[in-house]
Amino acid sequence: MANLASDFLGIRSPNPFWLASAPPTDKEYNVVRAFRAGWGGVVWKTLGLDPHIVNVNGPRYGVVYGADRRVLGLNNIELITDRPLDVNLREIKQVKRDWPDRAMVVSLMVPCDEESWKTILPMVEETGADGIELNFGCPHGMSERGMGSAVGQVPEYIEMVARWCKMHTRMPVIVKLTPNITDIRYPARAAFAGGADAVSLINTVSSITSVNLETFSPEPSIDGKGSHGGYCGPAVKPIALNMVAEIARDPETCARPISGIGGVTTWRDAAEFLALGASNVQVCTAAMTYGFGIIKELTAGLSLYLDQKGMALSDLVGRAVPNVTDWQYLNLNYVTKARIDQDACIQCGRCYAACEDTSHQAIAMKPGRVFEVIDEECVACNLCVNVCPVENCITMERLPAGTVDPRTGVVVSDAHGDWTSHPNNPMARAAE
Amino acid sequence: MTTPQTPGIVPGRLSPETIAENFSDLAPRFDPHEALVAADRCYFCHDAPCIAACPTEIDIPLFIRQIQAGQPEAAARTIFDQNILGGMCARVCPTETLCEGACVREMAEGKPVEIGRLQRYATDSLMEAGVHPFARAAATGKRVGVVGAGPAGLACAHRLALHGHDVVVFEAREKPGGLDEYGIAAYKTPDDFAQDEVEWLLKIGGIEVRTGQALGRDITLEGLRAEFDAVFLGMGLGGVNALRVPGEEKDGARDAVDFIAELRQTADLTTLPVGRDVVVIGGGMTAVDAAVQSRLLGAERVTMVYRRGREKMSASDYEIEHAQTEGVTLIVNAMPVAVHGNGAVREVEFAYTAEGPEGLQPTGETFRIRADQVFKAIGQRLAGVPEGLEVAGGKIAVTGAGRTSLSGVWAGGDCTAGGEDLTVTAVAQGRDAAEDIHAALSA
Repeated sequence: MANLASDFLGIRSPNPFWLASAPPTDKEYNVVRAFRAGWGGVVWKTLGLDPHIVNVNGPRYGVVYGADRRVLGLNNIELITDRPLDVNLREIKQVKRDWPDRAMVVSLMVPCDEESWKTILPMVEETGADGIELNFGCPHGMSERGMGSAVGQVPEYIEMVARWCKMHTRMPVIVKLTPNITDIRYPARAAFAGGADAVSLINTVSSITSVNLETFSPEPSIDGKGSHGGYCGPAVKPIALNMVAEIARDPETCARPISGIGGVTTWRDAAEFLALGASNVQVCTAAMTYGFGIIKELTAGLSLYLDQKGMALSDLVGRAVPNVTDWQYLNLNYVTKARIDQDACIQCGRCYAACEDTSHQAIAMKPGRVFEVIDEECVACNLCVNVCPVENCITMERLPAGTVDPRTGVVVSDAHGDWTSHPNNPMARAAE
Repeated sequence: MTTPQTPGIVPGRLSPETIAENFSDLAPRFDPHEALVAADRCYFCHDAPCIAACPTEIDIPLFIRQIQAGQPEAAARTIFDQNILGGMCARVCPTETLCEGACVREMAEGKPVEIGRLQRYATDSLMEAGVHPFARAAATGKRVGVVGAGPAGLACAHRLALHGHDVVVFEAREKPGGLDEYGIAAYKTPDDFAQDEVEWLLKIGGIEVRTGQALGRDITLEGLRAEFDAVFLGMGLGGVNALRVPGEEKDGARDAVDFIAELRQTADLTTLPVGRDVVVIGGGMTAVDAAVQSRLLGAERVTMVYRRGREKMSASDYEIEHAQTEGVTLIVNAMPVAVHGNGAVREVEFAYTAEGPEGLQPTGETFRIRADQVFKAIGQRLAGVPEGLEVAGGKIAVTGAGRTSLSGVWAGGDCTAGGEDLTVTAVAQGRDAAEDIHAALSA
């Protein structure tokens, strides 16, 4: 079994799976259950200054379902902890004392003034917590009061608050970023410029999950009205992966620690975040959907994968980052064609409908429902592969160098050739 | 106390609770979540094979998508556009040989999308709401006479009424519905669904049903042709083939179709007599329905005997397996040679058969099966063909959309050569004939 022990900013945990700051980490009771189940650490649900906030008394969550009511996306309008500060601090202290080998990071959100941060930081430090995470991400409710994503959307504020925190505590500082911005690299750079030790991302995506077509209220509906919430779960993973990768390959931030968040549901999702440069991952929606027991699959799965690959956990981190590039550097001489395995084909015709109706008319439907690729038309878009219900029935096959692409009539080159040197590019540089 | 072991043909072999359970819905309706899960399995195939496999060509992927999208009533409309008896077909179609047999997921994993049950979910949703989704076109003043209120006649009448024609349906029996009412196993269509469906269908208006009116007895084709602008014949098969073996008239031997019809019209099945040892002769759906229902009524031993091999049986594999699961013993390659008994049936003698160059021949080896009740289910035939109608293969000859040899007379369903003994086929033929009649009347 691969060793999953994790060290993130000197914060040790038996595995790289932390529970994200959210309802599952709001109380000692929940966190102890999580640690018993095997979670490596938690980011305690965000603390604020007293008087503590209140939550709505109607539904807090909206959902997007896949087949069989599988939760694909969850949206929430819950705010930070609605329990008194001293209760949370007392419980954090107790749990850290009882579970010294687990990571205990405390999420914080207080008004954007130095005094507020100066007040709360020593109180957290006193609990023996391992670190703090600055909640600059929540897009709903708190942002209306100048906190959460209202801070996270202004890089100057991020830098300023990060600096205050580094000044007033010895604990490692993680800045949690909101995805509700145009370019994730700016807030990340600001966080590190302010001295933050790491960034974690993504927080939730501003969203309305659905509209009730009887009452015309957004869901979740509170007395006939709805407010945008924060979207999370499997649906946001692609957004999160891209943002993690953007930071991991930005020359200004590339060597800095990242805690990956956003739709991690299975070990595979976690491995993808790690490969794109995250050093650990945080999980919430999957636990909220299935309970804490999923940690056994996450740890066993990641361990098995590492064993199969003969890799240590640290080998996986960032492994895919060098392969994330800009479009302009993609090899235009990589020419592929769709190939349909007639033995695997079940004759549903979805490839045909997709290609004929919406793409390049590159699949022929022949008598007997036989579907064949027309190489002269196939641009290798891959849509047929994506819509085919049978895995590996349609594959993309590379044309060997020296053969003629029947679509373009051009001989396939074995040399790399991308947009930067393409003759159609007005800005093209001469090929070397 | 009467038990399955009580000799003779007696009622009440099982407790009322057991009989009620035995004759309850064979495949209950999906609940909404089950329907969504089942609907989600549909791939929405291009030019879907299931549509081609449906005699009424229902746009199956469309109606399943409408269920997915939360509108079973819209799905029902899609079904009824093609097949006004879509509710019955959802219950009685041999889907494993039609739509579900053609489903690509059947090919892929041996587990097709459950089209029949999804169709029932959709059609029930609309019918139970009491909604009839069609409105008649402006009255044309044309009148059409329809003979037979079975699937073909009802489908024809409905489509004609839709186009604004006035229709009179003549039905020989006391109730409309045809085989849906009298000829299909009770557990496939419980709770008087056949009558509910007819009542719902007639809500379109413009259709008058006259029961107790048999062609050749109460009405004549000549009279109908004189009275109406067009005539559609959909009277099914009134005759039953005889075994032509000695003793077949003995007490306890009867036609399976009569037994099924009696069963369907018996409100309290604990009063319906059934034998202890039942022998069913035949290999089609009627034989299966008679055999299975005998078991469900409490017959101790039910044996179904078919003269050819199992692969030649017209009952589907699904139906045969169902019969065997219900405890029916199947014997193939055996033909009856005599029914023995002193007044009442005591046993049936069979000869084993083999296919040879001269067709099916007895091998010479015989055996006897104890029987106090024998059901004959070796096929039905057209009875009482009106004069002047061309007949082919014992059935009314038709060309195109049900045109007979007589001008102004159309036919469809089991009484025609194209009939397949299926509700869904009869519906398609009745519907298509109606369109042809409409075109002719509009010309």
